[in-house]
Amino acid sequence: MTLSYYTVIILLLAGTIRVATPLILSALAGLFSERSGVVALGLEGMMLGAAFGSAAASAIYGSAWLGLLVGVSVSVLIAAVLSFACVFKKGNQVVAAIALNITISGLAPTLALAWFNQGNQTPGLTNSAQRFLEITLPWAKVSRTHPFPGLIYSELISGHSVIVYLAALLVPLSAFILYKTRFGLRVRAVGENPHALDSAGISVNKIRTQAVLISGVLSGVAGTYLATAAGAGFIPDMTAGKGYLALAALIFGNWKPYRALGACLLFAFTDTVATRLQGVPLPLIGIIPVQFIIALPYLMTVILLAGFVARPEPPKAIGVPYEKEN
Amino acid sequence: MVTLPRFLNSFVFIVFVFALALAAKADAIKPGIIYDMGGKYDHSFNQSAAEGVDRFVKETGITCHEFELSNDAQRTQFMRQLIRHGVNIIAAIGFNQASAVEEMAREFPLVKFVIVDGTVNLPNVESVNYKEQQSSYLCGMAAALVSKTHKVGFVGGMDIPLIRKFAMGYTAGAKLIDPSIKVIVNMTGTTPSAWNDPIRGGELAKSQFGQGVDVVFHAAGSTGLGVMQAAKDAGLLSIGCDKNQDSVHPGSVLTSAVKRVDVAVYSAFMDAKNNTWKGGPKQLGLECDAVGYSLDQYNRLLITPAIEARLNQAKADIISGKISVPEYK
Repeated sequence: MTLSYYTVIILLLAGTIRVATPLILSALAGLFSERSGVVALGLEGMMLGAAFGSAAASAIYGSAWLGLLVGVSVSVLIAAVLSFACVFKKGNQVVAAIALNITISGLAPTLALAWFNQGNQTPGLTNSAQRFLEITLPWAKVSRTHPFPGLIYSELISGHSVIVYLAALLVPLSAFILYKTRFGLRVRAVGENPHALDSAGISVNKIRTQAVLISGVLSGVAGTYLATAAGAGFIPDMTAGKGYLALAALIFGNWKPYRALGACLLFAFTDTVATRLQGVPLPLIGIIPVQFIIALPYLMTVILLAGFVARPEPPKAIGVPYEKEN
Repeated sequence: MVTLPRFLNSFVFIVFVFALALAAKADAIKPGIIYDMGGKYDHSFNQSAAEGVDRFVKETGITCHEFELSNDAQRTQFMRQLIRHGVNIIAAIGFNQASAVEEMAREFPLVKFVIVDGTVNLPNVESVNYKEQQSSYLCGMAAALVSKTHKVGFVGGMDIPLIRKFAMGYTAGAKLIDPSIKVIVNMTGTTPSAWNDPIRGGELAKSQFGQGVDVVFHAAGSTGLGVMQAAKDAGLLSIGCDKNQDSVHPGSVLTSAVKRVDVAVYSAFMDAKNNTWKGGPKQLGLECDAVGYSLDQYNRLLITPAIEARLNQAKADIISGKISVPEYK
């Protein structure tokens, strides 16, 4: 029995959604931070911190929701430290973020070792209440029997973790906040021209801090997804550069929510295709060496970033700490 | 100059002698172990080695220095550090350590080395290798015997000959039961980080399930935990590796391709303690129960007596040479 192309494509897309979720959440986090003028290199650290926090809390208390709460809290705490250093103390944003990333990458495994004594990991989350499991939507089982269009519903729309649906909702919500609310306008303005905002009597530091804290919340959800939905526990460096990849997607998406979403989906799609292409003979080409397949997503990223971004338009005040003029 | 009173003088002498004696005793055996990238608690390969260490420590009361790696450059660094602390037998777990062991063994010819899953041709190195193809073969048979879809999967860690050896034995075993069975083989990556990526492991397993696989075997260290988790989440079966992993997800783990790394580590340390340690290559297989499939209370319901009989027959046939298991070269 061979799978029809239709089924293969549906399964590919379902995999893409799973892989894209942490990227999307993380890219949205970066969106708020960068649009307010704070470089979002800290995404990786926030996500990793949240992954650890959520896995630890979920392992101890046996509840994924509590894990989410703790994960988000940890991430927000890191964001608070970051905004204290970058916004209030006018520190170099790149240096502060990288320093935090390195700190978290060392601190999380150390705490895991001290608390759980299972190497540098948290205990595996084996109980179903400890994780955000895949949800089967109503009638998904029934619709499976009718491949078209039932399979789209049963595989693509149904059968994901609740965080995946949350991420899907957060994209339009973020776009709405950024473009249709007063707060969003201020975030965008503070990233372009903080002086104008300051002269209008609005605190630049306050808006930037709020944006960075929102970024912390979203990164927290991304990290929790990694540890309690996609994975089952914390493992050192489990984010594996996803924070940086999300930042690349944000830049590729020209700092716009829907385009960033597209970029995340594209990255995730190449990754998923790469995973599934292994050992599968392709027409005309034959079996592609595994090394090439594994390098494919990175090659794609480089090519896309190098050639296909039509003149990136970063927020003008990005990376520049705001100094009040006297 | 102050002259010491006589009794104090002799007291100093006695202390000196005791110190010497202690030093000599400490010199007798001071073991150290360096785990591979998956980490000590990977519930698999490294943890099996750790169990050997624990047993040795418990039985002899001798402490063992342990190191977990976070990058490749640390191998020789840690070995040097161990030797500086007076460690005189070092177990290096994992094929990745072969070149580091070779370098260090040449530099310190008096220190004993044990390498698991690698070969270093030096007189002060014991190279322990396992016939993983044999246990993989039995697991392939078990997978084919329970598969309802006639499709079984394999997820390897890093793409290296050793893991190909697992894959080949597994495929051959499955084909013995069902010549038309489809075996889907995936590797996680080509760098040591492929041992430590459970998210990717889970994704690979899910992709295989999407293609109809209902039993998946992993030989991927910590990455395999993701594979087993995915199988459990999907209500399908997985096969553990190296350590007996049946208890990781009871009822979802069909069996485990056990590789007794603990035995190698334990007996090397014990031999060193009893002065019977010898360098050179060692090949361990089914004949001495160094590899095999696991059967305990966690998978008793999955491995029916019929399957058990079939596997044990095959095991006897492999030992007697009636079945020859292909080996990846």
